[in-house]
Amino acid sequence: MVTSRRQFIKIGALGAGSLALAGSSFNLAKGSSILDKISGAGTGEPLRTPTYCEICFWQCAGWVYKDEDGKIQKIVGNDDDQHCNGRFCPRGTGGVGQYNDEDRLKTPLIRTREGDKESFREASWDEALDYIAGKMRAIAQKHGPECVALFTHGSGGAHFGQMMKAFGSASIAAPSFAQCRGPREVGFLTTFGDIIYSPERIDIRDTRCMVLIGSHLGENMHNGQVQEMSDAIDKGATIITVDPRFSTAAGKSKYWLPIKPATDLALLLSWIHVIIENEWYDKDYVERYTVGFEQLKEHVKTFTPEWAYGITTIDPNVIRETAREMHNAAPSVIVNPGRHVTWYGDDTQRLRAVAILTALLGSWGRRGGYYKPEKLHLPNYPVPPFPEPKRNPTQAYEGKYTLANEVVANGLCDATIPTVDRSCNYKAWIVNGTNLLAAFPNQANTLKAIDALELLVVVDTMPVEITGYADVVLPECTYLERYDMLRNSNHRQPNLALRMPAAEPKYNTKPASWIAQELARKLGLSAWFPWKNIEEMLDWQLKEMGSSLEEMKRIGVKNFPREADDLYFSPGEEVVFNTTSGKIELYSSDMESAGFEPLPVYTAHEEPPEGYYRLNYGRAPMHTFSRTANNPNLTDLMDENVLWVNPKVARLWGLETGQYIKLKNQDEKISTFAIKVRVTERIRWDSVYMVHGFGHNNKKLSRAHGRGINDTEMITRVHIDPVMGGTGMRGNFVTFITDFEKEGKEAEA
Amino acid sequence: MRYAMAVDTKKCVGCSDCVVACQTENNVPIGFCRDWVVEVTDGTYPQLEVEIRSERCNHCENSPCVRCCPTGASHYAEGGVVLVTPHKCIGCGACIASCPYDARYPHPDGHVDKCTFCLHNRVEKGLDPACVSVCPTKCMYFGDLDDPNSPVSKVLKTRKFKTLIPEAGTNPQLYFLI
Amino acid sequence: MREEIIVSGRMNYLIDPQLHIWHWHIPLYLFLGGLAAGILFFAALYTILGKEKEYPTAVKLAPFLTPVLLTVGLLALLLDLNHKLYFWQLYTTIRLQSPMSWGAWTLMVVTPLSIIWCALNIKELFPAWDWKYKWIYDVDAFFRNNLLIISWVMLISALILGVYTGILFSAFNARPLWNTSILGPLFLTSGLSTGAAAIILMSKNAHERHNFARIDLMLIGIELFLIVHMFMGFLASTQVHIDAASLFLGGPYTTPFWLFVVTLGLGIPALLELLELKGFKMPAYIAPALVIFGGLMFRFIIAYAGQASRWLY
Repeated sequence: MVTSRRQFIKIGALGAGSLALAGSSFNLAKGSSILDKISGAGTGEPLRTPTYCEICFWQCAGWVYKDEDGKIQKIVGNDDDQHCNGRFCPRGTGGVGQYNDEDRLKTPLIRTREGDKESFREASWDEALDYIAGKMRAIAQKHGPECVALFTHGSGGAHFGQMMKAFGSASIAAPSFAQCRGPREVGFLTTFGDIIYSPERIDIRDTRCMVLIGSHLGENMHNGQVQEMSDAIDKGATIITVDPRFSTAAGKSKYWLPIKPATDLALLLSWIHVIIENEWYDKDYVERYTVGFEQLKEHVKTFTPEWAYGITTIDPNVIRETAREMHNAAPSVIVNPGRHVTWYGDDTQRLRAVAILTALLGSWGRRGGYYKPEKLHLPNYPVPPFPEPKRNPTQAYEGKYTLANEVVANGLCDATIPTVDRSCNYKAWIVNGTNLLAAFPNQANTLKAIDALELLVVVDTMPVEITGYADVVLPECTYLERYDMLRNSNHRQPNLALRMPAAEPKYNTKPASWIAQELARKLGLSAWFPWKNIEEMLDWQLKEMGSSLEEMKRIGVKNFPREADDLYFSPGEEVVFNTTSGKIELYSSDMESAGFEPLPVYTAHEEPPEGYYRLNYGRAPMHTFSRTANNPNLTDLMDENVLWVNPKVARLWGLETGQYIKLKNQDEKISTFAIKVRVTERIRWDSVYMVHGFGHNNKKLSRAHGRGINDTEMITRVHIDPVMGGTGMRGNFVTFITDFEKEGKEAEA
Repeated sequence: MRYAMAVDTKKCVGCSDCVVACQTENNVPIGFCRDWVVEVTDGTYPQLEVEIRSERCNHCENSPCVRCCPTGASHYAEGGVVLVTPHKCIGCGACIASCPYDARYPHPDGHVDKCTFCLHNRVEKGLDPACVSVCPTKCMYFGDLDDPNSPVSKVLKTRKFKTLIPEAGTNPQLYFLI
Repeated sequence: MREEIIVSGRMNYLIDPQLHIWHWHIPLYLFLGGLAAGILFFAALYTILGKEKEYPTAVKLAPFLTPVLLTVGLLALLLDLNHKLYFWQLYTTIRLQSPMSWGAWTLMVVTPLSIIWCALNIKELFPAWDWKYKWIYDVDAFFRNNLLIISWVMLISALILGVYTGILFSAFNARPLWNTSILGPLFLTSGLSTGAAAIILMSKNAHERHNFARIDLMLIGIELFLIVHMFMGFLASTQVHIDAASLFLGGPYTTPFWLFVVTLGLGIPALLELLELKGFKMPAYIAPALVIFGGLMFRFIIAYAGQASRWLY
């Protein structure tokens, strides 16, 4: 059991007071002039206001509709939006549930200590922000402002980021890099000199062949991609899915390669081998744009399909056949780089192999492959230059992860734990919109870091686990109740999207923009927040772009013409790539000079010991990580995760569908809660699978508490990618415990 | 006029967006649903096949629920859409027991509730039902079977399809493209 | 292996994970309806046959139960309704294809008839009473003059009621276990059998008891015959019907059905009645009490098991 010096405080203890506050703020809202304005002032017409979704990172733009009583009824997609094409995914549609969730954080809380007992007391915003400002000032004086770190995921990051930079710290990190897509960005950056971006620059709409490697599109509901995959299926595109699990995407595929887990790199190398040996690569493209082909050819010489068969268990003929499919479709082929790719610790190398394959097929810069996205040059509201921070966040992991192109969040977490060789540690964290205890593997390590903090501020909408360890909890209102920065995304066409409140903030909650500005004011940093309110700032930005807040309120999304007609390469075009050589680097000089293999090498990974199974985890289309697990509309669809077990394994252990079991991992870590077994042929016998984001351990989350197992809790062994600091999480093995004391959902039954 | 819906099982990913969209569009109470998603897996690893179906009331041409209703609350509306008139429904449960698809449920208000194809709130205004219009995979087709140019007519002309339990004799109007 | 699951978390109240829309109300209602139908059938039958004197319990005494039975049954039905205040909607329309409508209207005929029948007998049981109003005598005279017609109407409507208690289930082709037309005659026979048993329990007349024991024995024989045929029909039918039958042939309802309905409700009483007819001295109430118990169990088990039988998922 992981314990923390800081007592975990259950926010549930604050029921009555919060309710009283909730009541009063509701009355306040009734008399509000803003509410009158947005509800159509008694015209009886249901009114719509624009927003972009905050339930996941895809940030689809849509409309919030209200009924005659001014109650938020539904959210639908904006037809002009390239992220969603007028169609929201289940989570976006169910976004109303986040607004209606009665378990939301309702008022600021400050940790108090009386003897041994620690508890939260309710505080006013003024009090809470004064407390934080006081602590931050003290830390700045004692250790320097750069010892404050911000962890963020989502729209709040921009506001708090501004405050942090003004304060003098550049330590701003999101778990979306080193816990998720980092390896692919670095893998492609070192090869093509550019990253993939989000939404990904892959042209699924027009592809003729898409290869998914462990990427379970359809279960991870990347809206635009799922839509385009469906279009591609309609047009008869070939889908090749490599996955030890028969995923939804595998069910839509012409080829499903049920690969032995942790061997994907061998398959990729073998594909490269087949494509080179058969001269199935795009000769003109390779000659014109790439360097290192000869080294690559030499390197993969021995990686025959027969060699790969011994490692991956994939039939050599299937390897050849699928390579030929890619060749036939080239250049309209996408070897999908995926998104969550921090698996085994050599992930950048695997994604390098994906990038190399992409280059050989000539699909980078081609229709049906990878397009070049474009975004607007949106000016920032003029503010004084930010103070130069004394230390960069990369100094937190000096000499390590040298190719990381974004801040490595777990690097900052590690640098918070005092060690003899570290001169400086982080003393304060501001955590916004990410439940780090579910986002970072190895919870014990995270808790050790939290223990060392002098200040932990958590800004969230829900009482997720990390709020229980906070010194101050700030309740943010949901995205349906606030303005945020304009969404300015990289896409086929530059575009802007507006989020505006559809309703007054419920309870005593506030938008991140207000919280950051207020905190900055208390820290004496108002110079960097010179606008009266965020509306004024947005209006200024929009007017710079020839639009206005008024116009955006009406249209929600505005698409702009591209500056250059360069979505794809034109035939024979000379292209300079942003790499050392100016070419696509099949043989990576960046990797080489940083001391890593310049060409990807397969290394065998540890296999589960007898009686243990590799723990694989993934997504469900109706949930986003752990943040939607209490949403009433979405728990209606799925209120717990289940453990996929192959029937052979189930027979061996006497497991039955519907039975609750606990898990124990290789480090003797036993899951807090139990999980329901699903006996299914869709999973390999050497692994088990569950959806990430369940097993919440805060009773105040009335629909999520004790439902299923938190996979992160079972990931105690982390394989760090030395290239960019990614936390490889798929090297954990679990076994089953059928005899245990019942609690959580099963006890209720 | 004959309203019908076709669901492409080759495109549906089972995301259940149709279920949430129906819930918010039609004020279906939390804990209940008018549509749902079924996943059928056949075979043995690694020879597997999966079919995913977004299901709802089949708006049967020969509806056992309409037949069994003692008060006429369950009835055929425009285009053969099977509807329930709440103030005529006594909540006896006969229609629920009579539906081979389990497509009906007792609404907390007492009457029986089910999919309406969004007839009054959307279709009559020229819109698609909420589930069809939200579907990210565009796997659902809706329209009038008597109109050869409706999306549903067109897709049924070109694709192989099936209905659920045709042997129950209900003549369902929810088609699954296979 | 085939795995067919709902992945969108459907958990509709009273529908999932398995239909359970009907609890005790409907089987009780059907049992009481069948029992009343049985009693009224015999009362009408012996009146038509002119044997009122021979079978006084059947014709005069037992029918007093029926208004009570029917009222309690209707109350159970009312309690079952989820939209109770709209109960009257049942009587705004006649829907011939709906067994529920059919039953509501049959009860609308049978219940008043049973009350009239009782009223006529009250006067006979208490001839000395002075009925204050002359119109009562007029009405009484009217019914008495048309007693034969009333008996015929009652005989037929009792049969309809008895059959209806089974048809209500068998009209649902969505539930394979119910979807057999044999349920109509089977529930009718069971209703008549419980009716006969009730008469035996109430009768003080040995001749009458013997007669009804003989009738009951015959009805039990028919019932067993129909049950065997029901299973033969299921097992020779489609997979869903085979699955339905297997609820009773190894499935969860095997013990309740074969123990309570067939053994205790049919087999043992038949044996006891046979022995009694052969002249063995038996406590007279055991056999009929078991028949009534078996009839009640039968309705419950069919109601519950039927909801467990399905086509999909």
